[in-house]
Amino acid sequence: MCLGLIIEFPFGSKQPDSSGGLPLPLSSVTPSYAANPSADAKLLHVLNRLSFGLRPGDIEKIKSMGLEAYINSQLTPDSIAQPQSLTQKLNSLETLRLTPVELKMAIDPTRQSQPGQRSSPEAIKAAQQNGNRIREQAVQGRLLRAIASPRQLEEVMVDFWYNHFNVFVAKTLFVGAYEEQAIRPHVLGKFRQLLGATAKHPAMLTYLDNWLNTAPDSPGVRGRYKGLNENYARELLELHTLGVDGGYTQQDVIALARIFTGWGFPDPRQQARAAGKVAPTDGEFYFDPNRHDSKDKVFLGHTIKGSGMAEGEGALDILARHPATARHISYKLAQYFVADKPPKSLVDKLAKRFLETDGDIRAVLNTLFHSNEFLDPKYYNAKFKTPYQYVISAFRSTDSEIKDVRLVRARLRQMGMGIYDCQFPDGYKNTQQAWLNPDAILRRISFATDLGRGQFSGGKPLDAQELSKTLAPILSAKTKTVIESNAHQTRVALMLGSPEFMRH
Amino acid sequence: MNRRKFLLLTGLFGTSAVIGIGNHVWASRGVASTGNPKRLIVIFLRGAVDGLNVVIPHWESAYYDARSLIAISPPGQEAGGLDLDGRFGLHPALAPLMPLWKQGSLAFVHACGSPDRTRSHFAAQDYMESGTPGVKKTPYGWMNRLMGVLPSSSPVEALNIGATIPRILTGPMSVASLQLGRGADRPLPVDIPQVSAAFDQLYSGNDSLSKAYQEGRAARQQLLAGLQQEMINANNGAPLPTGFAADAQQLARVMVKDPQVKLAFLALGGWDTHINQGGSKGLLARNLKSLGEGLSALVQGLGAVYSDTAIIVMSEFGRTVHENGNAGTDHGHGNVMWVLGGGIKGGKVYGEWPGLAPSQLFEERDLAVTTDFRDVITNLLQRHMQLDAAKIDTVFPGYSPSTKIQLL
Repeated sequence: MCLGLIIEFPFGSKQPDSSGGLPLPLSSVTPSYAANPSADAKLLHVLNRLSFGLRPGDIEKIKSMGLEAYINSQLTPDSIAQPQSLTQKLNSLETLRLTPVELKMAIDPTRQSQPGQRSSPEAIKAAQQNGNRIREQAVQGRLLRAIASPRQLEEVMVDFWYNHFNVFVAKTLFVGAYEEQAIRPHVLGKFRQLLGATAKHPAMLTYLDNWLNTAPDSPGVRGRYKGLNENYARELLELHTLGVDGGYTQQDVIALARIFTGWGFPDPRQQARAAGKVAPTDGEFYFDPNRHDSKDKVFLGHTIKGSGMAEGEGALDILARHPATARHISYKLAQYFVADKPPKSLVDKLAKRFLETDGDIRAVLNTLFHSNEFLDPKYYNAKFKTPYQYVISAFRSTDSEIKDVRLVRARLRQMGMGIYDCQFPDGYKNTQQAWLNPDAILRRISFATDLGRGQFSGGKPLDAQELSKTLAPILSAKTKTVIESNAHQTRVALMLGSPEFMRH
Repeated sequence: MNRRKFLLLTGLFGTSAVIGIGNHVWASRGVASTGNPKRLIVIFLRGAVDGLNVVIPHWESAYYDARSLIAISPPGQEAGGLDLDGRFGLHPALAPLMPLWKQGSLAFVHACGSPDRTRSHFAAQDYMESGTPGVKKTPYGWMNRLMGVLPSSSPVEALNIGATIPRILTGPMSVASLQLGRGADRPLPVDIPQVSAAFDQLYSGNDSLSKAYQEGRAARQQLLAGLQQEMINANNGAPLPTGFAADAQQLARVMVKDPQVKLAFLALGGWDTHINQGGSKGLLARNLKSLGEGLSALVQGLGAVYSDTAIIVMSEFGRTVHENGNAGTDHGHGNVMWVLGGGIKGGKVYGEWPGLAPSQLFEERDLAVTTDFRDVITNLLQRHMQLDAAKIDTVFPGYSPSTKIQLL
């Protein structure tokens, strides 16, 4: 390894392109693609925003299929085959396919078969271990696909929608089930379907307390079901649909909370009392008419006739088609895909498309990806990655495998963005203001150094030359010069820790 | 020379300049422009600690009526509270704090809290950290605004203990982070000279990423230098305490070593005792014991610096007066705020006591709030940190503090 550094490392102008792997012509004066809005720069931009970053060979693949075909295929993920290696790994995560009811059974079988009984200390310990395994598999299922799935836009939208409809792992064990059942099937579908799936999922019912929401004068008042709980109704309006400035009042919050009374699942204690009877299990959506407020309500100017569960469905219809919702979702999409302060013209365009298509997420994204605003070179390589985007993109670019998912999970926690760890219903932010701070930069660089040393992939240091084939197109001339002047063993870290790689 | 210019210069001169003259420049700047050596430490108990079992109103029969399983007995009885002033008693697990109470540097403000009625942990914490109860959109935390009005300009002016910048410290001012616990002084890869020298070249500019990098490096060098040296001294055969006491000791070392650290924040969890809260023993007692020992270690560790330090212990809201059906307590309203410090007029339970009779409770279930938490902090900012009214208004915008509580 004491050969001439420049020859060994394909950044310098003297480097012969013997590998055939260098996708773009390089010279020592080539700036990063951000400053070089060529056709290739556009390709890099689209690839960086529709995916979690370059994998080895991505650029060649997309060049051969054409940019338009790439965008279309990403918008229709079912058209892309999942590699068998990925499917096999996912299949080994057996808890990922379980419903909340099945998960409850898997955690503590004795408790489920004898409801109301106190569990033995051994059973409690076993239940804790089962719970840990379930949480770990959920994280693993997320990381595996984010890194290795060729359906990258789908994974990007899982990140987007999970944060939009955030649920916190410390308040419900069903985060993985929630992602599988309520989020993933709808990430590119109709917003109304996504909204309904989250509203009814036990994870959301628990997280925002809607399962306790009870009409105070209803026959179902007992025990914990004492009265109205506005928590879900408020967050549904403020965060999930209309937005904080969406034009609703405190009266609308109360009306909506009343509309949702009775949405939940059966009380396990009630089940215990009804022992012997077959009853719906805790963990399954169940509408309890006994706890529902059956009176008429006025919500956002609409009169909602007392009609049981249909009231909630009607309210979700109103919200999903509301112009304020179209605007709120469009703003968030534009912020996520384009810029922290997205151009108003783009938000208007997307909101219009949202309303025209009855909230068709695929159609809205198609408009976004073809907009002048999205393709404006001033946004190239200008968005600061979240810790999640940063870590995933680093694993992708190095094509390295995670040996112990717990180490990666711990790193993301140290960076303040543990998977399923966001406590607050507004989810993790994706702006530079939220994530750029002095400690964060040092932790990213330290992560990049450890990754380069092979600390997450079994101990073998990663090959800087291989990585440079993938990342050279995004690095600036200054970064390349610095890399060339430093020792070989720091080069992977320098590439992954470079300012260009912190952004996308 | 302001911080930005200084960092720009050190960028030009390379790493050695940061190590060689960094401390000196900041130190001399500190002496020249910060006549006030005062420090403020905020400890936030996330999850809502049960203040009625921390500072117990043992003369109130309503207290014992409401808590047949979890009440703390009056002082003098078996496992009873530690008498404070004949009316209030301290949870027996907080015995390590009694010397501070007796020497007069520990005070409590009872029935203290936020005017906002929310019983959501998240909303209530958010309001206490933004310093603007009821206003969700306040972008920054009050401790970051406080940094903005303090004359200091060090990269370690405010120290966050933990992984992420909490709401209370979020804002335009740069905050240093330190993750305590085992291995706190263990170097990160970025501390290795070969690695840092290479990255110093990549981040030598004046852009936002480079500035963050430079501030982070400067802060880390300053903090680690103190921590490593002190850890070596402290490891003198004796086993280190664990948990919060260990963290508190490390924090004290860093603050003693570096007079530039003016503010520090750390959060402790585990206070949301909905079930099996316990009385003089049990879940809450164990957590309080650890907190009491940690605070005691912090004060001891600060040594002479304690006379210039104020420590606030606060929590988002209190818990229901009545115990619930699971020998726990649910989300309530008023709580007790703890204040420690060399200059504090301690040995006194401050605050107007609203009473525990049903008609005196907030929404018929909780201890009412008679002191806004901002009144207590304002008093410290004014009398301890020596800020004028305009600066205090920057920290708590639009708030007209009451002057009922005078802690110093």
